[in-house]
Amino acid sequence: MDTRGRRPGRRIVWGLVGLVLVSLFAGIVIGSATIPVRDAFASLFGLATDSVTPVHRVIVRQIRLPRVLLGLLVGSALAVSGVAMQGLFRNPLASPYVLGIASGASTGAALAILFASGSAFFLPLGAFVGAAAAVLIVYGLARGRDRRTSIFTLILGGVAIGALFSAVTSFLIYLSSGGEKLSDVLFWIMGGLGRANWASVATLSPIVGVGIGAVLVFARDLNALSLGEEGAFHVGVNPDTLTRWLLCATTLLTAAAVAMAGTIGFIGLVIPHVMRLLVGPDHRRLVPVSALAGGCFLVWSDMVARTVLAPAELPVGVITAFLGAPFFLYLLKTRGARL
Amino acid sequence: MHVTVEHVSFAYDAATPALRGIDLAIASGESVALIGPNGSGKSTLLKVVSGALHPQNGTIRLNGSPIATLSPRQIARRLAMVEQERSMGFDFTAREVIAMGRIPHRGRFARESIKDRLAIDRAMELADVRELADRSIRAVSGGERQRVFLGMALAQEPDVLLLDEPTTHLDLRHQVGFMSIVQDRGEAGLTVLIAIHDLTLAAQAADRIALLSEGRSVVTGTPSEVLTSSNVRRVFGVEAAVGEHPELGTTYVLPNLIGRGG
Repeated sequence: MDTRGRRPGRRIVWGLVGLVLVSLFAGIVIGSATIPVRDAFASLFGLATDSVTPVHRVIVRQIRLPRVLLGLLVGSALAVSGVAMQGLFRNPLASPYVLGIASGASTGAALAILFASGSAFFLPLGAFVGAAAAVLIVYGLARGRDRRTSIFTLILGGVAIGALFSAVTSFLIYLSSGGEKLSDVLFWIMGGLGRANWASVATLSPIVGVGIGAVLVFARDLNALSLGEEGAFHVGVNPDTLTRWLLCATTLLTAAAVAMAGTIGFIGLVIPHVMRLLVGPDHRRLVPVSALAGGCFLVWSDMVARTVLAPAELPVGVITAFLGAPFFLYLLKTRGARL
Repeated sequence: MHVTVEHVSFAYDAATPALRGIDLAIASGESVALIGPNGSGKSTLLKVVSGALHPQNGTIRLNGSPIATLSPRQIARRLAMVEQERSMGFDFTAREVIAMGRIPHRGRFARESIKDRLAIDRAMELADVRELADRSIRAVSGGERQRVFLGMALAQEPDVLLLDEPTTHLDLRHQVGFMSIVQDRGEAGLTVLIAIHDLTLAAQAADRIALLSEGRSVVTGTPSEVLTSSNVRRVFGVEAAVGEHPELGTTYVLPNLIGRGG
């Protein structure tokens, strides 16, 4: 029953690459403003046809395309962070937010919204600083006097710091005494791609590239870490060095993603799981496959969020949780032992 | 590759020293069994020798070089360890686990070379895990898992093999198989240090035995020198019949339950 000699890795990678392209075009065509497929393509590639209006061109090029690209970047960043965290903690229930990143980012974002009017510059900056602060505190706590990092303390510290930052955020929300700012904070916490523009895509691309690249470099060491910290040491992998680099990479990925799109849940938890079922636990396959799948998942979730109550827009975090949670439960029910 | 343990002391916390000034020299190609009661320091000594724990005092040397000066990767190319308990985080197949033994020899992004594949195949043969290759490491029995981890250690092609109570979960046939790997280390000149509770098995497979008690080395010598009824009584607090098997010519230790009156 456990004979999975050959895993269909390559076919799945190509299938996902195809899916990314399909998602890209679907995300450009589908939206509250109806643009015929032909015109969407023409606008995208700058072809001159009679029916393409300047408005179509702006919608496709300045609104939908950056939004889809941001979705791909954020989704892949969260999924790869999830893979790295689950590998690091050897626990399939770890998520990118396990070290209090989401709570830290929310506090930073709430401060930016309340005191800097949530400007396009200060909001992502505040979120990034808050996320990094949370991880630094947790890491500082977990690093013992012998300069070794206790993974157990990391988890507990993450829970405690997360609770602390959440309390601060709640307090800030209470102070804001309702109004527009409150709904801004809440919308940001629930996550969404509504702030997408070419600047956010340009900022995020190199960060996501470097972060995923770093996790790929350590993919083999993550495999070794599933032998335990001592087991990893015995095949020549220094678990402390690995922990440090992975924390850097995942903090960079998650903090940047959260800074641009808020705290979107479930991608970092569910995508690594599903991909592990498809291609097995080898991180050298799992990381690239999760990156592609995470991007697609967020783009499709965002399409649902944009269209289901159009012209109103739902926070995409609601959709990812709506899709992700039942699917996760289904997996637990049917393949519980194998997760 | 010879291993030297020089005046090694180790304490997990200051109040309870686990090792108190251990000296032990293991010649290249020699097999030494560590015996002693629970908590006598066998596992701790193996961990210190493996480089996973740093002793507060003393030095471990591999072929004369202090292990503290070697990187984990340099150590892993020379020395492999089969731990007492090891759980896997994810659902790797047995073959994937054994292939992890090649990590210290392979480039980060290198594909499996012919040399790697040969080492893995040989290790699977020796550890008798061929039929488990595609099974999940988390779906096999404790004894099978133990053999897979032995396979992984052998795939490392080490000069020094450390084994921490490897026969605990094994049936008789695989105990014998396991110990025969310790016994005929072959032309490769594998140096073996093994912690083991079965004194008779230790006597058969090891060239020398080191008897530990409360973090100290009580006596080191050939099986017949170390395994005497007075040593067994003194360290384990057990009456035992010790003798030499008339046909096999090896020392056996038979604990005497009847004599205890219980």
